[in-house]
Amino acid sequence: MLEKMLYGSRNYWIWVLSLLAVIGVGFLFYLQQFNTGLGITGMSRDVSWGLYIGQFTFLVGVAASAVMLVIPFYLHNYKKFGKLLILGEFLAVAAVLMCMTFIVVDMGQPMRVANMFLYPTPNSVMFWDATVLLGYLILNITIGWTAMGAERKGFPPPKWVKPLIYLSIPWAFSIHTVTAFLYAGLPGRHYWLTAILAPRFLASAFAGGPALLIILALIVRKLSKFDPGLDAIMAVGKIVAYAMVANVFFLLLEVFTAFYSNIPGHMYTFQYLFSGLEGHGKLVPLMWTSAILAAIALVLLINPRTRGSQNTLVAACVALFASLWIDKGFGLTVGGFVPNPFDTVTEYWPTVPETFIVLGIWALGALVLTILYKVAIGVREETAGVEAEH
Amino acid sequence: MGIDRRDFLKMAGASAILAIGGLTIVEDITKDIAQASESASESGAVAAGKLAMVIDVAKFKTGDDYARVIDACNSIHNIPVIDDPKSEVKWIWADTFEHTFPEQQEEAHMKESLKEKPFLLLCNHCEHPPCVRVCPTKATFKRSDGIVMQDMHRCIGCRFCMAGCPYGSRSFNWTDPRPNIKDENPDYPTRMKGVVEKCTFCTERLAKGLEPACVEASNGAMVFGDITDANSEVRKVLNEAYTIRRKPELGTGPKVYYVMGGADNA
Repeated sequence: MLEKMLYGSRNYWIWVLSLLAVIGVGFLFYLQQFNTGLGITGMSRDVSWGLYIGQFTFLVGVAASAVMLVIPFYLHNYKKFGKLLILGEFLAVAAVLMCMTFIVVDMGQPMRVANMFLYPTPNSVMFWDATVLLGYLILNITIGWTAMGAERKGFPPPKWVKPLIYLSIPWAFSIHTVTAFLYAGLPGRHYWLTAILAPRFLASAFAGGPALLIILALIVRKLSKFDPGLDAIMAVGKIVAYAMVANVFFLLLEVFTAFYSNIPGHMYTFQYLFSGLEGHGKLVPLMWTSAILAAIALVLLINPRTRGSQNTLVAACVALFASLWIDKGFGLTVGGFVPNPFDTVTEYWPTVPETFIVLGIWALGALVLTILYKVAIGVREETAGVEAEH
Repeated sequence: MGIDRRDFLKMAGASAILAIGGLTIVEDITKDIAQASESASESGAVAAGKLAMVIDVAKFKTGDDYARVIDACNSIHNIPVIDDPKSEVKWIWADTFEHTFPEQQEEAHMKESLKEKPFLLLCNHCEHPPCVRVCPTKATFKRSDGIVMQDMHRCIGCRFCMAGCPYGSRSFNWTDPRPNIKDENPDYPTRMKGVVEKCTFCTERLAKGLEPACVEASNGAMVFGDITDANSEVRKVLNEAYTIRRKPELGTGPKVYYVMGGADNA
């Protein structure tokens, strides 16, 4: 099936080559980081995780969101999601691969990455995170690839895939819960030390991931003969709307607890992020952008008329994705380190090499996604008219 | 009820195993709790002991008193000299009361002399160290004498321990530290880029029967010893003076104590 990636239009190849160019630039900067050390990033003794771990956290959410299609289709027999499903599963594969790459580039000694499994340490949440992510990757590749293969031959997928699909449902929840536990169990980091972090992560994941999927599905629909179904895409819009409402609600709960209790440690990070602390406020414009984009997205999504129109739905999804990227891919990780354990503020801002490494990994994810979608579209175009049940 | 704490923990453990299959996690936790309660009940009788430090703040009078102690550590442990506070490596250093005990900063009307006084900060060698709990490779671990150690050759540089430490006691080598080491001590290993390091209570000196370098250089302002031994010098000081620890409310069980009370107790 993979050979389908080799046959494409001129635009397809321009896109693939552009991605390879971005990956190449990112790789060169990574070589610099590999030689010099993580000192070429904006991270510091006080803000010891930055954009890399932020991207990792955000993308685990994107990966987990495939379950928002799997549940309606398999547990509620919502057949309209049948064609969209493969796009969701392959998006999860690309997202998990990006997560793993971000973890590796964040390591000070990446050559020792195998130590995680040579000395398995069950009391470390990071060990569990690596384990569940690897499992989720294998599950989604197996399920997606087998389903495509069967469909190509005009057969329903083999029976042994069904249990794996059911397993992938709790597994999707587990990857993002465990990712939240990386943060939520650390004493002295008040912004993260909250039981609602895992629900917040899941809610933002189930909003952000499907929002991205809507955009991708509409692109696929426009660029190829494969139509995942406009009804199905619009139905995902409803899921995005509910999840985003939950996400914003959870965030406001945090704001209430912090400011009504008036406990300094609980308020500091919010103050730093939204109004600045001790004269430091590098993230303030970014966080307000996130808040405004979230408000725009909510208005467009809650109103049935704007949610039901393709253009405004896309606008809502773009605003929502950008808002969540800022909040979770940047503010959450960096904000947790401010103030530092001495109640002083050290600020973080990514450097040029760091930014290009991040872009390179996003391009890598886009390339993997392009290839997987190319295969899926190729198979679908081949079997058009002889649709088998997914 | 006929069950004691240990049995209850075992039962809780067994059901948790059934529930999540996290066999080792539960074993580790129950073992840890059991050990903690054992050492508490037979204080003084434990062979390995638990090493702790008491810092008498009032005995540090001039800037030189601090510098002597800090230099003693820096010079023998090949600590690189890095001017940028964002990437510096620190094992023991001085900071204000407000930064050392940030949760107490609202003591608006405290003694002026204390407010301006520098305090020495170092790894607290916690009874329940979060850094050890989060490390994915056991590169950081707790010895039976309570010292929290770091294996530089196993560390993958993920910096989870730095996020876990509520005391800011861990430093990462953002670049190769070796060019920044002034006079290299050939008897102590230098580190490489990409690993985390911190104070070790001078395990290399303890092995030879010596006190930690900072304690030795402090002229009696710092006391070190087995806190489970009722006759140890640390216990004597703790018995006589009012001491506080950094962020005890986090349950980490820090083992560095600060004698307060200013000049009155000196």
